[in-house]
Amino acid sequence: MSIVTRRETANLFDHRQLEAWLRPGARVLDLGCGDGSLLFHLQQRRNISGYGLEIAPENITACIDKGINVIEQDIDDRGLASFATNSFDCVLMTQTLQVMRYPEKVLQEMLRIGTEGIVTFPNFGYLGTRLSLLLKGRMPVSRHLPESWYDTRNIHFCTINDFEALCRGLRIRILDRIFHGPGFLTHRLLTRSWPNLFATTAIYRLRGPHSRRHKP
Amino acid sequence: MTETFSSENSVGIVSSSTLHFDQPLELDCGQQLENYQLVYESYGELNKDRSNAVLICHALSSNHHAAGYHDPQDRKPGWWDQFIGPGKPIDTRHFHVVCMNNIGGCSGSTGPASIHPATGKPYGPDFPPLRIRDWVRAQARLGERLGIQRWAAVIGGSLGGMQAMRWSLELPEQLRHCIIIASAMRLSAQNIAFNEIARQAIIADPDFHEGRYQEHGVHPRKGLTIARMIGHTTYLSDLAMGRKFGRELLSGSFDRGLYQEVVFQVESYLRHQGAVFADGFDANTYLLALRALDYFDLAREYGNDPVAAFSHAQCQFMVISFTSDWRFSPRRSQEIVQALIDARKPVSYAAIEAEQGHDAFLLPIPRYPQVLGAYMNRIHRES
Repeated sequence: MSIVTRRETANLFDHRQLEAWLRPGARVLDLGCGDGSLLFHLQQRRNISGYGLEIAPENITACIDKGINVIEQDIDDRGLASFATNSFDCVLMTQTLQVMRYPEKVLQEMLRIGTEGIVTFPNFGYLGTRLSLLLKGRMPVSRHLPESWYDTRNIHFCTINDFEALCRGLRIRILDRIFHGPGFLTHRLLTRSWPNLFATTAIYRLRGPHSRRHKP
Repeated sequence: MTETFSSENSVGIVSSSTLHFDQPLELDCGQQLENYQLVYESYGELNKDRSNAVLICHALSSNHHAAGYHDPQDRKPGWWDQFIGPGKPIDTRHFHVVCMNNIGGCSGSTGPASIHPATGKPYGPDFPPLRIRDWVRAQARLGERLGIQRWAAVIGGSLGGMQAMRWSLELPEQLRHCIIIASAMRLSAQNIAFNEIARQAIIADPDFHEGRYQEHGVHPRKGLTIARMIGHTTYLSDLAMGRKFGRELLSGSFDRGLYQEVVFQVESYLRHQGAVFADGFDANTYLLALRALDYFDLAREYGNDPVAAFSHAQCQFMVISFTSDWRFSPRRSQEIVQALIDARKPVSYAAIEAEQGHDAFLLPIPRYPQVLGAYMNRIHRES
């Protein structure tokens, strides 16, 4: 298989945030669900029902082991056309957008299938990343982006500004957004004021242009 | 592939049991079997609350002998021995595994070769036509007799997967999990076509005598051999056959200047496989099972809507397919999975990379035993 979709920077605070955005008992589809720990967490805390799509064999076995519904399906190959419109309350995609062959299509599809969508991705506009490229003149490799350019699964990096421009272009409504920086206090303030420069990770709660339901 | 007998991770020496039933079995065709017998095997202990029983539904040409050896001299163990046993994916240290020869079979359960109680002659072609639903009913009767109210899982590959799916709709409260391997909600036209060729080969055999070959003291061996050859070919992939045989010759030569009749390895293999099968299988059973396979359509009685069909299920599902399987292709499994998702049923799906074609479901190829084992473990943990 060509591309492995696995959330790498997913951690507890991601999970907590997503949890707050889901109503109890929601029907959730997780694109690139990894080892199923997010769905497991949401099942425990929010009693959601859901399915994860995944292509990495070891992750699929891990999901089955956890009792998570996992579907082996390569979104790049098969797309998501088999999923009915508005058949899920929420479609999640954490740290997976940038490994997709057609991120724009996937984004539109997830907001067709789900009433809402939640997307997280690494911000390529982060200061550290910019400096690394500027000063070293080489593709950035860091704690947040640990792979070299030639063996990375990340083929479609974007910045926060890029992402929001795409949302505008596709008439996608941004309901909520949260940015994470490296963590310490001053940085937090900076992250909030200039996310495109200081955030390492962005989390968006979205709604498609054709979504029928109103914001709860 | 022959296995040498070892008791280490095998269920060891097993024997079949036969049960007689006098309560008539109503069949889908409107007829009924007044009385009948069912032969089965079981491996592993049934626990106190009878919650660890697993039913294995067999496919077209197999039977109740799923694991272990009948005799230490046996060259081959049961047909799914690599998956059933202590420490194997269907772990007999945790599960009580039951496999039954389906009604209409030829391995001990009442079938066309059995004696019709009214006439004193073999049923032959007069054996009632069967549907997969009838097999499920008979399996349920066995479960009832064994005191199993709810199966921890009903598992089947190919035609067995169709039985497992039917279980989930017909007797939804009697199973907790349904495992469907290399199967389909209904056959494609191409599949029916292959089955029709097989049927015609049997019927065209002069020894067939319109199904009354037993009364003539013969068996349509040739026809059954050809039927099995065509079936077997479709169970393998082009690649697997190429790897196994290529264009290797068994005998003869293409050298110019001399004529020697050429026999390819693959020809000899198929003839052998066909002949071995024909010696041990009843032609009427094969015809009956092929028809049941062709007629099966999971959603027919549910307005041809698989989602409406599966909405009756109460169990959890695991679906497995194999990439090179063109007889029951991954596409068919994906249709099952999508219908289950749309019916809001719990389901997991693994698409195993395999080059062995449909036969892969019988083989311990990488990932497959792990995935099945992980799912079985989860069932074990929750019971």
